[in-house]
Amino acid sequence: MDALDDEKKNTSKGFGILFFIIGVIMSLIIGWIIFPKLLYSKKNQPIDFNHKLHMASVDNGCASCHFLRKDGSFSGSPKLSECIGCHSQVQGQDPEELKFVEQYVSKNREVPWLIYSKQPACVFFSHAAHIKGAKMDCVTCHGYIGESTSLKVYEQNRISGYSRDIWGKDISGILKKNSWDSMKMDDCAVCHESKSNKSAREKSVQTQKEGCFVCHK
Amino acid sequence: MKVSRRDFLSLGAGATIGTALTPLPWKLMDDVSIWTQNWAWTPFPEDGEVTYVTSTCTLCPGGCGIMVRKVNNRAVKIEGLKGHPLNQGGICLLGLSGLQLLYDNKKRIKTPLKRIGKKGEEKFEPISWEQAISEVCDKLSNLRLKGESHTVAGIVSSKFGVLNNLFKRFLTAYGSPNFLTPQSGSDSYSTAMFLMQGVDCNAGFDIENSSFILSFGAGLIEGWGSPVRIFRERTNFNQNGGKLIQIEPRLSNTGAKADKWLPLKPGAETVLALGFAHVIIKESLYKKDFINTYTQGFDKWKQTIIDTYTPSYVSKITGVKEEEIISIAMDFAKSSFPIAICGNGKDRTPESLSHSMAVHSLNGLVGNINRKGGIWTVPLPDYINWQEALIDDIAQNGIKKERIDSAGTKQYIYAKSLLNRLPEVVNLGKNYPINLLFISEDNPIYTLPNTNDVIKAFEKIPFIVNFTSYLDETSVHSDLILPNHTYLERYEDVSTPPYFIKPIISMAKPVISPIFNTKHTGDLIISMAKKLGGKISESFPWDSYNDCLKKTLNDKWQMLEEGGFWVNSTFNPSKAENQFKTASGKFEFLNAAISALSPGDIIKPEGDNSVFPLILIAYDSIRLSSGFIESPPFLIKAVESTILKQNDVVVEINPQTAKNYSLKEGDRIILTTPKGEAKTKVHLFDGIMPDIIALPKGLGHSNKGLNINNLMGQIEDPSSGFNICSGIRAKIAKA
Repeated sequence: MDALDDEKKNTSKGFGILFFIIGVIMSLIIGWIIFPKLLYSKKNQPIDFNHKLHMASVDNGCASCHFLRKDGSFSGSPKLSECIGCHSQVQGQDPEELKFVEQYVSKNREVPWLIYSKQPACVFFSHAAHIKGAKMDCVTCHGYIGESTSLKVYEQNRISGYSRDIWGKDISGILKKNSWDSMKMDDCAVCHESKSNKSAREKSVQTQKEGCFVCHK
Repeated sequence: MKVSRRDFLSLGAGATIGTALTPLPWKLMDDVSIWTQNWAWTPFPEDGEVTYVTSTCTLCPGGCGIMVRKVNNRAVKIEGLKGHPLNQGGICLLGLSGLQLLYDNKKRIKTPLKRIGKKGEEKFEPISWEQAISEVCDKLSNLRLKGESHTVAGIVSSKFGVLNNLFKRFLTAYGSPNFLTPQSGSDSYSTAMFLMQGVDCNAGFDIENSSFILSFGAGLIEGWGSPVRIFRERTNFNQNGGKLIQIEPRLSNTGAKADKWLPLKPGAETVLALGFAHVIIKESLYKKDFINTYTQGFDKWKQTIIDTYTPSYVSKITGVKEEEIISIAMDFAKSSFPIAICGNGKDRTPESLSHSMAVHSLNGLVGNINRKGGIWTVPLPDYINWQEALIDDIAQNGIKKERIDSAGTKQYIYAKSLLNRLPEVVNLGKNYPINLLFISEDNPIYTLPNTNDVIKAFEKIPFIVNFTSYLDETSVHSDLILPNHTYLERYEDVSTPPYFIKPIISMAKPVISPIFNTKHTGDLIISMAKKLGGKISESFPWDSYNDCLKKTLNDKWQMLEEGGFWVNSTFNPSKAENQFKTASGKFEFLNAAISALSPGDIIKPEGDNSVFPLILIAYDSIRLSSGFIESPPFLIKAVESTILKQNDVVVEINPQTAKNYSLKEGDRIILTTPKGEAKTKVHLFDGIMPDIIALPKGLGHSNKGLNINNLMGQIEDPSSGFNICSGIRAKIAKA
């Protein structure tokens, strides 16, 4: 009987480790592969806009359409009224343009663009302070979107409702190659708490006492 | 192989450790925290381009300029308009809360409605605009064919402005004399000034430059006149060293800020004013040069005052001490720019003609008329110069009929309209029945006293057409509701507000495009006229209300459209040739017309004092809107607990009176007047005279507090016909 008991113990011990390893592997697969797939839903933009094409025909770069208003606030995505100047009639052969003119321009409907960089309402961000004050360029935060010929798929977080571009493509949130890879508060801190960028650090009222309310209003 | 419990636990342990090595828990935590900020009921500010629209607030007669901040097409903030002559950038609590009246999905009427339930049952069905207009026009045509055009009446919020005058014109061309408007304290002043100075004008008060204000109940910081302007001017007056004496039975905020609060028995104001006159004459402190040069009838009037209103008599009637009467009268007359004013809180209800004239006589005695720091004759708005409406035979017969309220007849010779008489006349079936009633921007079931009688009268009227933006006490008793745009969605001209000293026109204009399927009442009047055809249609040669407004304002249109107001800033009343247009060309203390008025210097509150030993009075608060416009939630939240405790209104009682009834603070009582009863709570207040109790005006919409008009009655001024009731007899008992 004793021998039988020992055998039983040994077997169960061996299985225990096996189950432990299975548990670890399963959860790693879920956490790293399945979870990110489930977390985001994929949406296409209403119109596949070609930034490169438009950049070639405007004089003022990004600011031709994404400009600062007179009061210093940022205009964001262009409104229909800004597109109508050229697109009151179909200009070329592109089916996307045809769709834009037929479904939006002629019906006087605003295009419901999906904004990759939209932040929650409790986050205050001034483009003017960064573009004019710190003389930063658009690429630093937004990447080379101006050179794209097609708009990428908009991945929406099913829980928070915001774009995947805020957290970043990398689900770990650690591996950041480019400055425009993610847009969380830590990404702001890269400059605002930078040891090397002395001027940004010293001008950062956000990182001083009671600085939270500068951005979180 | 047999899986044991231990294996299962191993799996769990492995999964837990494995999960901790993935971003899943940290990422989920982050996402869930963001999710909690985005619940459906969390309000988010609109994001977009910020613009400002200049307009005018029409929530009270004050006429303040406003600047509305918009994000895209959403109005997000109302601010006072800098540089506007009235409010100079300031704004009151009601004006600030106006957006809650615009974006009120529950109370706003979204489409034309037709009653399908019983009156007051709030059962309506939506109908189209075409159907609504043809129903009204069919009824109107039928009544005209039967020769009953005079049985149509219209109640509008004021007699001024293009919209209200379009209404009046419509009724005239259609054939009805019954254009009804509510009366306010400024009507009493205008009538008094008409009788004593012969000028049909508005009264203006130069509060800021005055040195001594003798205020008979005018709530200078309760919302009297144009509230923001008076607030500011009272502060300047105070800082300039001016002296304010506040005379009223209940200590109001104005009284609390005055140099002296003089409590007097309700209804005895005229006697007190004439008592002051007695002292001024007796002490020979009146301005002799003014009296000798510019006045008429002084000697005869003086004799009555000297004989009757002796300090001992006045003291007996008013409850004010003799020495106080004497010292205040002397201080008043000796001051360099003294001014006497009257007003019942916000002054939305009139004073008796004898009261207004007694107060105006005090200003006459000190000669402070049409000069710095005095009372000014401000011309009535004169920009509406339309050709006379075209009248056909039916209309001619209709407008010849006596008005339903008998205003302008021998009995009420100085009244232009007596809306207060309408419920009684309809209930008693006097004159003739009213078959169709139009109501525009008013809520008479709420604002007229003795609510039960008003409802009874309105139920007797077979067809009520209400042009309003809100589902209120009157619209639920209406047969057809034709929703108007709210004040932030429409054009409207606003003429000189009560008691401002310079002629001014301000313009309300659409801040946002209409949210619901509403139409401007002005456009509806014009379409009704066109549909009725004939001379009625010809009387309205305009395409739309805007067309009419533009043509009426003519050369001022552009200025008003761009800047929001036009003011005659160089207006000087002393240069106006028409200061005194009486037969003598002077200020008349007494003349044939004044002598012919029925005397009535003491107003006795309604009710038997053996049954009702107390007197209930109404008071105003700057934190409550007491007129047609209901207080939005922001205002109700700001009301003190000495006015409203949760949903209960509290009644103010002097501790001495409370002792007689063994009442403590917060006790529940039943308050009964000859007109009704109500449950309320006790608030002990030293600032109210013994045996007087007080309730605020402006509550009782929804379930907050009660409408004091449920308990109030009417007292008709024998001289003007105005309802001058400010108190009623009452009794209380522990609930």
